[in-house]
Amino acid sequence: LADTTTAYVAHHFDDAAQQRDAASLGMWVFLVTEVMFFGGLFTAYVVYRAAFPDAFAHASHHLNILLGTINTGVLIGSSLTMALAVHASQLGKRSTLVTFLLLTMTLGGVFLGIKAVEYADKFHHHLVPGLHFAFAGSDAHQAQIFFSLYFAMTGLHALHMVIGLGFLAVKAYEYSGEIAHGFTPSAGPFWSFYYGLTGLHALHMVIGIGLLSWLIARARRGDFTARYNTPVEMVGLYWHFVDIVWIFLFPLLYLLGRHTL
Amino acid sequence: VSGDGSHRHPTLAAYFGVFATLMALTALTVWAAFQHLGIWNTPVALTIAVTKALLVALIFMHLRYSPRLTAIVVVAAFGWLAILIVITVSDYLTRAWLPIYAR
Repeated sequence: LADTTTAYVAHHFDDAAQQRDAASLGMWVFLVTEVMFFGGLFTAYVVYRAAFPDAFAHASHHLNILLGTINTGVLIGSSLTMALAVHASQLGKRSTLVTFLLLTMTLGGVFLGIKAVEYADKFHHHLVPGLHFAFAGSDAHQAQIFFSLYFAMTGLHALHMVIGLGFLAVKAYEYSGEIAHGFTPSAGPFWSFYYGLTGLHALHMVIGIGLLSWLIARARRGDFTARYNTPVEMVGLYWHFVDIVWIFLFPLLYLLGRHTL
Repeated sequence: VSGDGSHRHPTLAAYFGVFATLMALTALTVWAAFQHLGIWNTPVALTIAVTKALLVALIFMHLRYSPRLTAIVVVAAFGWLAILIVITVSDYLTRAWLPIYAR
């Protein structure tokens, strides 16, 4: 195979294309388990919303629709910069790649910052379930269920974003190191470790931080090369997945029932 | 797992087009949420959300350019998700029909 990426093809793959397809398929399999995970939460939300439509519409009015809309735009923007980062990596434009990864990180940080402002407002107004929850109206108990689901769903979403930011930090660091040190054609079992990390991180973030530190150390040592862009594509898939989860969280939590009351 | 050999990717114009469409659909869903559409508020919001998710998956996540096997895995997963949601919801929404399980 007359391909400069041959050095990165593990011995059990025929060629780089087959390896890339296998990595992509594996990442999608992981992401659809995540779809099931959030799907269970969405189902619980639908069941409760159907049982207490008025209380949920009432509680939903306490969410800040302006901040929710801005955050939707911010996250869609970060999906665009992530897609452009993957595009740059496919063309081998390393400095463009780092720029777009940093932009994606920045937008992700803005999203989490706005989310923190919203959470602080809920704390201030005693809308956090269990913590002196106070809600004016006869449907306070049902409203508490709404806010339980609100914090569970947006909190887990934010956790996934933090994981994504961690990945992006490692990628940006790794590639800036590559730019500084130039191209070193050595193959590493990068993507298999990467998979281990993606799966473990979602459930074991603390363990993941340790593994990431180790990954950064390996990247600094030059074990991984910029010529091989599969990890960037995998991080991209993850980031877009987080975007899709929010695309459903936003109308379900913020918008439904907004026209009533 | 070998692909069909074609690894085409979206152009920059496609990425920016999807971004603009996603932003427009976000504005549309916020506007629609304040309209009195009767029973149609929820279907409209969910249809817009599904459209946005499809755009992200097909273009940003390259599903349209992926091997057919990947597409089959993703479609099958959403089939299972549909079973999860439809059967769970049909259970809860019909409990009141049977006095023995009511509430």
